Amino acid sequence: MNFSVLTSQFWPLLINGLAVGLIYVLISLGYTMVYGVLRLINFANSEIFMVGTFATVIVTRDIFKYTSAHEALHGFRLIATLLLILLASMLFSGVTAVLVEIVAYRRLRSKGTNRLASLISAIGTSIMISEAVRILTKSAPVPTPRLLNKFFLFTIGSVKIRIDTFLVIISAALIFFMVDRFVTKTLLGKAIRAVSMSEETSKLMGVNLNRVISATFLIGGLVTGAAAFLYMQVYETTVFNVGFNLGLAAFTAAVLGGIGNIRGAFYGGLTLGLFEQFASAVIGGQWKSVTVFTVLVLVLLFKPNGLFGEAIQQSRV
Amino acid sequence: MINLRDKGAQLWEGWNRPKRVTFAVIAVAIVGLLPFGGDFSFTSILNTPVSSYQSVLVYPVGMFVLMALGLNIVVGKSGLLDLGYVAFFAIGAYTAGVLGIHTHLNTWEILPIGMGMAMIAGVLLGLPTLRLRGDYLAIVTLGFGEIVRIVALNTQSIGASTGIPSIPTPPKTFGLKFDIVHNNSYFWVVLILILLVIWMIRRFTVRRPGRAWEAIRQDEDVAILMGVPILRYKVWSFSIGAAIGGAAGVIFASKTQYVAPNMFTFNVSVLILSCVVFGGMGNIWGVIVGGVILAYLPERIRFISNARQLVFGIALVVIMNVRPDGLLPRKKREKLGAVKEAKEVPNG
Repeated sequence: MNFSVLTSQFWPLLINGLAVGLIYVLISLGYTMVYGVLRLINFANSEIFMVGTFATVIVTRDIFKYTSAHEALHGFRLIATLLLILLASMLFSGVTAVLVEIVAYRRLRSKGTNRLASLISAIGTSIMISEAVRILTKSAPVPTPRLLNKFFLFTIGSVKIRIDTFLVIISAALIFFMVDRFVTKTLLGKAIRAVSMSEETSKLMGVNLNRVISATFLIGGLVTGAAAFLYMQVYETTVFNVGFNLGLAAFTAAVLGGIGNIRGAFYGGLTLGLFEQFASAVIGGQWKSVTVFTVLVLVLLFKPNGLFGEAIQQSRV
Repeated sequence: MINLRDKGAQLWEGWNRPKRVTFAVIAVAIVGLLPFGGDFSFTSILNTPVSSYQSVLVYPVGMFVLMALGLNIVVGKSGLLDLGYVAFFAIGAYTAGVLGIHTHLNTWEILPIGMGMAMIAGVLLGLPTLRLRGDYLAIVTLGFGEIVRIVALNTQSIGASTGIPSIPTPPKTFGLKFDIVHNNSYFWVVLILILLVIWMIRRFTVRRPGRAWEAIRQDEDVAILMGVPILRYKVWSFSIGAAIGGAAGVIFASKTQYVAPNMFTFNVSVLILSCVVFGGMGNIWGVIVGGVILAYLPERIRFISNARQLVFGIALVVIMNVRPDGLLPRKKREKLGAVKEAKEVPNG
């Protein structure tokens, strides 16, 4: 236990917590939106994230042919390249998410089997994806070439902000804002909200259920892909099980904010990111996933609808 | 598709007691003689190419069948999805390791302690989390499985990442030696445990706990209305499952004589769950068939060893989509309930 870091390292922890938290926010959208429409946990979301990180590597390394020896890019070329990679990563994750829905959920949904079956088939899909990648990469971590020259941008208080942290915070906040707008303002967003309120009623109102569910998976996947891209800009390596701990944390964030609630995911992700950073500074980084898990159990025990959530109906299997 | 489970049950119910006893004795005898199967020419097809056949029969085959039966009480009987079953296995194994090294207790004395420890862990985890429904429970147990591993990995006094080496083997019992060349003895011990568990589950199924679990699995709300104390029976189901996992852990540790955190990953939980789901949730014989197939095939067919997890993932998806009740589904009567449950509209 080392409480002195809380004061001496306050600003760096705060900034890192914000960056980590915002990545959680994006991943937890994948959980929370799917839960909203299906009332099922999207178990494969961590694998959708993992596919995104590998897409980032593949596009940077094999399509743009950048190597680790390559010198960093600048100016317009940097921005254009990063944007393209971001789009590719989002696309890969989005397509994976749609495929997951078709393989794991659609058939079972149309047959009307019980929820345990959907849950297990989702877990199976998730194992399938991560194992395929494990065998292809031979369990080895895969680095991505660095495109961004990591210099310190400016100083807040006593902390220098590095460009990648800045990039994560700004873009994640922007992406979240866009998703929130999309869901509240567009017709498809309205349909998604309608389905999460009542599947039956929205069907009667002429909502095409399968299309809305696919769209929800697609949006969740796109956002998770963006999170994967941002993650790779900071950490620069990925491995087949990269999504496991992040997925658990992001799910915790979703529960913390009230699962099914998009704005809740925002607060939940930030809270968890900050809490995790400060807690692991005090009790040691190796216990990070333990703190996340403890938060999850405590929240489920005392505030099952989330700290910021509106009351959602109890789920059932 | 033909329902072997129902055919088998019909046949069994048509028999009188002596016939049933004879059948059971012959079946147990055949299974008990399996370790010798590798020695004869006409059964040597059973031999596994890499690891010793007798050793494979104990771990993974026997051990997975035992754990799958334990998990079946939780997942199959009561419908609670436990994704961290490996935690109880690990607790049993570590109990055997710590007590075996630091005390003079032998394996048979440690066995009930290991089961007790796993049970306590089951109750401690179950009491807060079993109030939750379905998918939350899945993710909490998944987290719990990882936490146990991380705690073992970061605790110096139980060997951290190196684990506990040179755990003592069981003493000579009834003339049976237990060591690295005498795998048959372990197999018979596991077989006895499996038979005990089968007997226990069959007793439970026809008595109050079994009916309560069945009610909880089919419809929790109705179960509450009918006055079933659901939390109590859920915790019971959870901790009995945990105790069986703990027993498997103790035997496992005394066989491998070594435990380390990396033996207890999420993959093991998935594997055991696959055995249950593949064979048929809720049906003892289905679970046993599932366990035997999924544990034995990767050892027998070399090339799927590396891709074993991948195959399990695919098996889970395919089985759920094609035959959601598994290879040997539970009884028709119980299935009728499942159909009703499914038709009910999940309104949000």
